[in-house]
Amino acid sequence: MKAYDIVIIGGGPAGLAAAVSAKEKGVDSILILERDKELGGILNQCIHNGFGLHTFKEELTGPEYAARFIKQVLDLGIEYKLHTMVMDISHDKVVTAMNREEGMFTIQAKTVILAMGCRERSRGALNIPGYRPAGIYSAGTAQRLVNREGFMPGREVVILGSGDIGLIMARRMTFEGAKVKVVAELMPYSGGLKRNIVQCLDDYGIPLKLSHTVVEIRGKERLTGITIAEVDSKGKPIPGTEEDYDCDTLLLSVGLIPENELSRGAGVEMSPITSGPLVNESLETNIEGVFACGNVLHVHDLVDFVSEEAGAAGRNAAAFVMGERRTSQGREIKLNPIEGVRYTVPSVIHPDQMDDKLTVRFRVGNVYKNCYISVYFDDERISRRKRPVVAPGEMEEIKLEREKLLSYPDLKTITVKIEEA
Amino acid sequence: MYDVIIIGAGVSGAAAARELSRYQVKACVLEKEEDVCCGTSKANSAIAHAGYDAANGSLMAKLNVQGNKMMAQLSKDLDFEFIQNGSLVVCTEEENRPGLEALLERGIKNGVEGLRIVEREELVEMEPNISDEAVAALYAPTGGIVCPFNLNIALAENACANGVEFRFNTQVEEIERIQGGYRLKTNQGDVEAKCVVNAAGVFADEIHNMVSEKKITIIPRRGDYCLLDKTAGNHVKRTIFALPGKYGKGILVSPTVHGNLIVGPTAIDIQDKEGTNTTRAGLDEVITKCANTVKNVPLRQVITSFAGLRAHEEGHEFLIGELPDAPGFVDCAGIESPGLTSSPAIGCMVAEIIKGILDLKENPDFVGTRKGILNPETLSMEERNALIKEKPAYGNIICRCEMVTEGEILDAIHRPLGAKSLDGVKRRTRAGMGRCQAGFCSPRTMEILSRELSMDMMEITKSGGKSSFVVGTNKDQI
Ligand SMILES: Cc1cc2nc3c(=O)[nH]c(=O)nc-3n(C[C@H](O)[C@H](O)[C@H](O)COP(=O)(O)OP(=O)(O)OC[C@H]3O[C@@H](n4cnc5c(N)ncnc54)[C@H](O)[C@@H]3O)c2cc1C
Ligand SMILES: Cc1cc2nc3c(=O)[nH]c(=O)nc-3n(C[C@H](O)[C@H](O)[C@H](O)COP(=O)(O)OP(=O)(O)OC[C@H]3O[C@@H](n4cnc5c(N)ncnc54)[C@H](O)[C@@H]3O)c2cc1C
Repeated sequence: MKAYDIVIIGGGPAGLAAAVSAKEKGVDSILILERDKELGGILNQCIHNGFGLHTFKEELTGPEYAARFIKQVLDLGIEYKLHTMVMDISHDKVVTAMNREEGMFTIQAKTVILAMGCRERSRGALNIPGYRPAGIYSAGTAQRLVNREGFMPGREVVILGSGDIGLIMARRMTFEGAKVKVVAELMPYSGGLKRNIVQCLDDYGIPLKLSHTVVEIRGKERLTGITIAEVDSKGKPIPGTEEDYDCDTLLLSVGLIPENELSRGAGVEMSPITSGPLVNESLETNIEGVFACGNVLHVHDLVDFVSEEAGAAGRNAAAFVMGERRTSQGREIKLNPIEGVRYTVPSVIHPDQMDDKLTVRFRVGNVYKNCYISVYFDDERISRRKRPVVAPGEMEEIKLEREKLLSYPDLKTITVKIEEA
Repeated sequence: MYDVIIIGAGVSGAAAARELSRYQVKACVLEKEEDVCCGTSKANSAIAHAGYDAANGSLMAKLNVQGNKMMAQLSKDLDFEFIQNGSLVVCTEEENRPGLEALLERGIKNGVEGLRIVEREELVEMEPNISDEAVAALYAPTGGIVCPFNLNIALAENACANGVEFRFNTQVEEIERIQGGYRLKTNQGDVEAKCVVNAAGVFADEIHNMVSEKKITIIPRRGDYCLLDKTAGNHVKRTIFALPGKYGKGILVSPTVHGNLIVGPTAIDIQDKEGTNTTRAGLDEVITKCANTVKNVPLRQVITSFAGLRAHEEGHEFLIGELPDAPGFVDCAGIESPGLTSSPAIGCMVAEIIKGILDLKENPDFVGTRKGILNPETLSMEERNALIKEKPAYGNIICRCEMVTEGEILDAIHRPLGAKSLDGVKRRTRAGMGRCQAGFCSPRTMEILSRELSMDMMEITKSGGKSSFVVGTNKDQI
């Protein structure tokens, strides 16, 4: 069996950044496994602008952003395999993969970095009643058809869900000659970035109907129309508010699900909130030497944060390989997300193992205006940052300093919460 | 002129075709859809019923028990999935116990083997997720689950291999009596045959009424379902039915042969014979009622929902036989549940009738076995690598959820009666049936279909007809 120090599952932005940072830290034996025909992950189909504002201080398209990391991977001579599907990861880090040339093969890894990204929720998961004709796509599938293959999925479009992919696709379909009639969103707020609502809907006069959902799908062969209705505060359609739209295409942008079948198979413990692995300050899962980063860990909106998070995962994996990790003294501080804060990544911290500065990322469960993001060390509030608005569609963060944590030797729990002003 | 024309390539028509192919016969199946298994046979509970349900002495009872007994051997001969997981009819109210006893007695009279009543304690041991209200159940060890697609497809492929012709996209519109037989007018021209088998599912009344004065009416009775992810597939081991009680007929909860969990169906009489749309009310009924027999069904794991139409005839009986006022015209109508289970026996019965009419001789070349699409997951790593070496397409995963390879998809396309659409590929290989519901694999499968069948991407459909997936190229209309 072949052996590598670090095997990275997935060659998207997360996998690439993890590989680069691990190599720069001094590990040579690294292998990236990617099932697609090229490196770059989902970015290859995101041909719009808006990537890299944080990392490179310029606006790049998805493929351009990916190309910068791919170049580093090539320049550093990091090994990778394309067209290679990882089929299984065992508890003791044997990775089973398959491709056309080598067939099915196994690799013994010292560490594994999970970077498989996420998939889209389907119509089935929403249980929308009606017929099952052609013409219903998840927005990302349509994005791939249009942006990578040049095919129009349809002419008259309704979009359900105001996640970023849906918003981006509203504009893209308009550019390519389709008529986008409406974007319906179940929640009373959009799940996407504010800037995407302005640049993708408002600029093209596409209406966004909040608190609306699709209640019927018509058409036996190809979609011929749908009905949307307003929903009450429990998300139940309100009778009498139905509106019919003729359309041949329904795009669904109703959420992303971290793709963790492999992680579960390996015995990685999952968070029911993020559907991603539970990790500590090193982005390490409950299995020693198995790390996670990017969309497989929790769904990100901005690729810059993916790269940053993955860089940390790569460094931590390298430290593990190089035996540099301070052994844990057993002191473990729990992060406690409450009152509006849905989860935190990481969920526990070993202060003796953390970097000097640690970014804790999280999402909120609702829209809050003029509120504070507050951090408590046990019962003592140690910081409070005022925010004009926070929303579920935008990831938030706090920073923790190692020095500070070490100065609280009895600290058990760090609570992060939203406090209304 | 054909000896026999069979109208409909559902499980009934395919079984009849396969059994007829044991004889020297010039037979043809006409199907209005683009593929086999496009009607009721693709959307049902997929249970091989034990046979305690149908009335004593009915044809339905006889064929059900026969069909159930034939299923295990047939699944080996024709290589489709069948698991005898056993079924339980659960009684949740003490006062309904007589209903359970009656069912037991009916089953014994129908010739069902191994039936017995299990009390709560044993029931909970068998099925830990059984409802807290359950008091007892009728246990039928011969009950099973089957892959309805592959049962239908295997029967058709085997018929085809033994010389039966199949014509798709061919809809029978009129039938005329002619000297020595019938002329069938279709959207693809006329066809003539000495005998006609009417296996048109919910449309069997329309076909019947074209030749007979004794009219029949078939009411489409819709059943809605939810299908759950494989992570929920172990929630129950056996098929759990509800004993009809104060909640009406009840919703079944069962594992499928592929390890998913199926919950349904409703029973709603409708007008439209193509009305396979689920409704909110229907799905809500499924979701609420399943809790009557099984607790904590993980409904958050639903990956898709669908509906099928029972071909309900007033008398609730299979109508199989030569029509007294239309010699050589054989009905196979009213084939509602347990039609899938009964299909092997239905096929034999129809073939017997035709043999009697046409005085058929045995087909010495008949081959009664068929190999299904190879599932590489059943191979050892060495065998799998040998296969990939020979055919590298088996090393290329197309459907990430069900781990279906390009090799399997190529096999599905190029075998006799091969797949021509995404749904055709899906029913044969499961590509697109997993938790992401084809979001990942559909563009890839489209490319393969386009390449292999030399079709333009615009011509690739979900399920034939106007169900195309892409309608043009970027900016082609601006
Ligand atoms: C439509 C869309 C629009 C976006 N817009 C913006 C934007 O405007 N600005 C911005 O900053 N960010 C944007 N993002 C976010 C950003 O692109 C993502 O957060 C980022 O791509 C996530 O990186 P990742 O590496 O975690 O996942 P991915 O990019 O999804 O990469 C995961 C990789 O893993 C591979 N993989 C998965 N499973 C396996 C397996 N079993 N074997 C082998 N390989 C496997 C996949 O093929 C894929 O290449 C957008 C995202 C999407 C989807
Ligand atoms: C909700 C539900 C649950 C069920 N559960 C079970 C179960 O668990 N176990 C079980 O044993 N049975 C079950 N059944 C019953 C079983 O599915 C059916 O009995 C069986 O599939 C009927 O097969 P068929 O070939 O007669 O009809 P179909 O599969 O409907 O085939 C008829 C075919 O005829 C074609 N056709 C119609 N008109 C024409 C025309 N004019 N010209 C050409 N072709 C035509 C149609 O396109 C179709 O392909 C269930 C049925 C339903 C609806």
